[in-house]
Amino acid sequence: MSPDFGRHLRKRRAAERRFRWYGIAAITIALGVLATLFFTLIREGYTAFVQTEIALDVHLDAEIIDPDGVRDPEKLSRVRYNRIVEAALIDAVGGPGAVDPAGLDEIVSSGAQFILRDIVLADPGLIGQTVRVWLPTSSNVDQANKGYVSRDLPQSQRRITNAQFDVLDRLEAGGRMQLVFNSALFVNADSRQPELAGLWGAIVGSFYTLVVCFLLAFPIGIGAAIYLEEFARKGRLTDLIEVNINNLAAVPSIVFGLLGLAVFIQAFGLPRSASLVGGFVLALMTLPTIIIATRASLKAVPSSIRDAATALGASKLQATFHHVLPLALPGILTGSIIGMAQALGETAPLLMIGMNAFITEAPGGLTEGATALPSQIYLWADSSERGFVERTSAGILVLLAFLLVMNGIAIYLRKRFERRW
Amino acid sequence: MTTYTLLTLVALIAFGFLVGRRRAIAWAGKSLKTHSRPRYHGYYVGLWAGVPALALLLLSLISAGALIDMMVLAGMPEEVIESRSDSELDLLLASVKNTAAGVGFVSDDPVVLAAAEHLNELQVGSEWVTSASVIALVLAGLLFAGRRISPSFGARPAVEKAVKVGMIACAGLAIVTTAGIMFALFFESLRFFERYDALDFIFGTTWSPQTAIREDQVGSSGAFGAIPVFAGTALIAAVAMAVAVPIGLRSAIYLAEYASKRMRAIVKPVLEILAGVPTIVYGFFAVLTVAPLFRDAGVLIGLPIAANSALAAGVVMGAMIIPFVSSLTEDAIRRVPKELRDGSDALGATKSETIRRTILPAATPGIVAGILLAVSRAIGETMIVVMAAGLTANLTANPFEAVTTVTVQIVSNLTGDTSFDSAKTLSAFALGLTLFVITIFLNLFAIGVRRKYQETYE
Repeated sequence: MSPDFGRHLRKRRAAERRFRWYGIAAITIALGVLATLFFTLIREGYTAFVQTEIALDVHLDAEIIDPDGVRDPEKLSRVRYNRIVEAALIDAVGGPGAVDPAGLDEIVSSGAQFILRDIVLADPGLIGQTVRVWLPTSSNVDQANKGYVSRDLPQSQRRITNAQFDVLDRLEAGGRMQLVFNSALFVNADSRQPELAGLWGAIVGSFYTLVVCFLLAFPIGIGAAIYLEEFARKGRLTDLIEVNINNLAAVPSIVFGLLGLAVFIQAFGLPRSASLVGGFVLALMTLPTIIIATRASLKAVPSSIRDAATALGASKLQATFHHVLPLALPGILTGSIIGMAQALGETAPLLMIGMNAFITEAPGGLTEGATALPSQIYLWADSSERGFVERTSAGILVLLAFLLVMNGIAIYLRKRFERRW
Repeated sequence: MTTYTLLTLVALIAFGFLVGRRRAIAWAGKSLKTHSRPRYHGYYVGLWAGVPALALLLLSLISAGALIDMMVLAGMPEEVIESRSDSELDLLLASVKNTAAGVGFVSDDPVVLAAAEHLNELQVGSEWVTSASVIALVLAGLLFAGRRISPSFGARPAVEKAVKVGMIACAGLAIVTTAGIMFALFFESLRFFERYDALDFIFGTTWSPQTAIREDQVGSSGAFGAIPVFAGTALIAAVAMAVAVPIGLRSAIYLAEYASKRMRAIVKPVLEILAGVPTIVYGFFAVLTVAPLFRDAGVLIGLPIAANSALAAGVVMGAMIIPFVSSLTEDAIRRVPKELRDGSDALGATKSETIRRTILPAATPGIVAGILLAVSRAIGETMIVVMAAGLTANLTANPFEAVTTVTVQIVSNLTGDTSFDSAKTLSAFALGLTLFVITIFLNLFAIGVRRKYQETYE
C-alpha cells in the first residue's frame, strides 16, 4: 500500500465524518430554533397567567352610593365607584397625608369600579357596610409587582413613580398584595386596558369560524374526494380539477383573503368582520387539504372490499358509502383535524375581511363582528404597553395549546383506528 | 324569518322522507314487487322537496340585498340621484340603512327618512316573498316526487344519480374557487389600471401608495411602481432560502441516510412542529427576539442593522420553511432506486461519496421541485413580514436594511380603509394578482420538473 493511498483514504474518511457532522449540525440548529422559540414564548408569557390583586377595605358609603335610600338598580349602576375605591386605597396605606396622592388613581385597575358596582348590584344590603375586596391592579403596577420595572432606573424612565412604589411597598407590608390566577385572561373580551383584556371573545370567534369552516369543508371535501377517487374517469375535466386542487393548496393564504373581500363582502354584501365570512374563506383554504387527505385514505382501502360488496349485489355507490367510506373514516378525520388546526392558526385572510377589529364583547352570532385567536394576538402584538407583550405571549401559548390538543387528537385517531391492510 | 323558513323547510324534508318510505313499506306489505328499497323512495321525495327550495333560499339570500338597494335608489326622487356621484350614493345608501335599522348615525333628512321607510317595507316584503315561494317550492317538490314514486319506479338509481351530481359539484368547486380568485383579482386590478398605468406599475421604481386627501396636497399623489416591492419580496425570500435550503437539505440527508430508526422517529415529528406553528407566532418571535438580537449584534461589530431588517424577517421565515424543504428532499432521496446505491457502493465509494455523487444527482429534480415550492411559500408568506419587515418601499439588495414586500403592502393598503375606489386599495388587488400568478407559475413549474425527470427511473 503506497503512502499516497493511505493519505487519500484518510482524507476520504475525514470527508465522510465532516459530511455526517454537517447533518447533525443542521438538525441541531433546527431543533435549537424550535427550543428557543418555545423558551422565549414561555418566558415572556407565563406571568400573564397570574394577575396582581390588592385587598381594600371598601366602605360602601350610603351617602355616596344611595343618598335617597331607594336602592334603585338603575341609579346604583351609575354611581362613580372609583371615588370609593380611591378612598379605600388611601385608608389602606395609612390614611390621608401618609403618602403622596399623585398617581394614586393609577394603582388600581380602571375596571375595579365595575367590579364594585357588580358587588353592590348583587347584594344592595352591603350598602353602608365595610367589605374587604380583592381588586386587580393596573397593568403598570402588575408589571412592577412581577419585577419588570427596575427601581434603579431614574423615575422619568419608568412607568411607576417613586410615590407609587412607596404605596406598593406599604400595601405589600400590610399583606394586601397577592398574585392570583388571571381568570380575566380567559373570561373577558378585548380591552384597551391590558389588565382587563382577555381572550374569550377571540376564542368564541375562532370557534364560530371553525364550525362554519368544518360544516362546509368536511362534506364538500369528502364529496369531491370520493368522486375523484372512486367515480371519475380519467379525462380532461378530471385532470383540470386535480391540477386546480393542487394549485389551490399552494396559493398563499392572503389571496383567499382577497377573494373573500372581493366576493363575499363586496359582491354578496355579507358583513365585514363576521365569523361567517371567516369560515367561508378558511373553508375554501382548507378544502384542498381535506380532499388530498381523503383521497389518500380512500386509496388505502383495498379493492377487495369494493369487489366483495359489488359481488353481493351492492351498487357502486352503496359499496362506497357503506363499506369503503367507513373504513377510510379514521384517516379522513385525521386529515380534517389537521386541516382545521391549520385554519385555526391562519391570520392573513382574516385581516383582509376585517376580523382584526377592536371588539369588546364576545360575538353573539355568526354575522356579528368578531375576532379570532390569531388576529387577536396580532392586535395585541401591535400594542406597545409592556402588559400587552406579556398577553401576546400568553395568547400564543393558549393558541398553541389548542393546536396541540387538536393534533394530539389527530395522532390518537391515527394510532388507534388506522388499519394497515 | 329566514330561520323559521329554514326550520319549516327541514321539517317538510323530513316529512317527505317519512311519507315516501311509508308508502314504499305499504307496497311491500301488500306484497307488491318494488324496484328499490323503501329508504330510497324516502330519499327521493326528500331530495325533491329540499334541493330546489334550498337553492332558491340561497339565491335569494345572496341577491336580495343588492336588489333591495337598487329598488331603494330607484324609489328616491330623481334630482337626489342625479346630483350625486357613485361614492356619494353609497354614502347615502349607508345612511338610509342606518336610519332604517335605527343604529349608528340616524339621519333626519326627509328624503332619507322616506327611503328608510321604503327600505323597511321592501325588506319585510322580500322576506315574505322569499318564505312563501320557498315553501311553495317545497310543496311542489313533495307533490311531484310523491306522484312519481311507484312500486316499479327506480328510486335508487335516481337518488344515486343525484348524489353523483352532488359529488361532481363538490369537485367542481375547486375550479369555481380558482376562477373566482382569478375573476375577483382580475377585475379589481382592471379598475386599478384604469387609474394607474400598467407599465408604470410593472416597471416603476417608486412606491408610495399614500394618495392625497386634498387636491392641493404636495408630494403625495401616489406612486405605484412595484419594482421596489418585488425586490424587497425577493430579498427576504432569498435570505429565507439561504437559511432553509442548507439546513433542510442537510437534515434530510442525515435523517434519510444516517439516522437510526429511533432517532428518525423522534426528530422528524419534532421538526414538523416547526411547520405547524402558526406564522403569527414566528412574526412575534422575529419582532421580540430575533430582530433585537441582530440589531445588538450589529451595534457590537459596528454594522448598522435596521430594527425591521430583511435579515431578521428572512431568517425567521427560513426557520419556518426548514421542515418543508427537508420533508420534500427526504421524499426525493427515498425515491432513488436501490440499484444506484448498490452500484456506487460496489465500486468502493464511501457513504458520503455515494450520497453526493450518485443519490443527490438522481434526486435533484425532486429536490429542485421542493425548493421551488418552498420559494412560492416564502413569497406568499404574510404574517412574519407584516410584523417584522418594513412598511416603506426601499430598493436595495442590502439585507441589513428594512424592505417591504408584496404581502405587507396588500395588508397595509387594505386594512382600515374600506372605500373601494381609491388607487391605494385597488393596488392591493393588482399586487395580489401578481402574487397569485407567480405562485401558480412556480407550482406548475415544480410539478412539471418532477414529472419530467422522475420517470427516468420508473
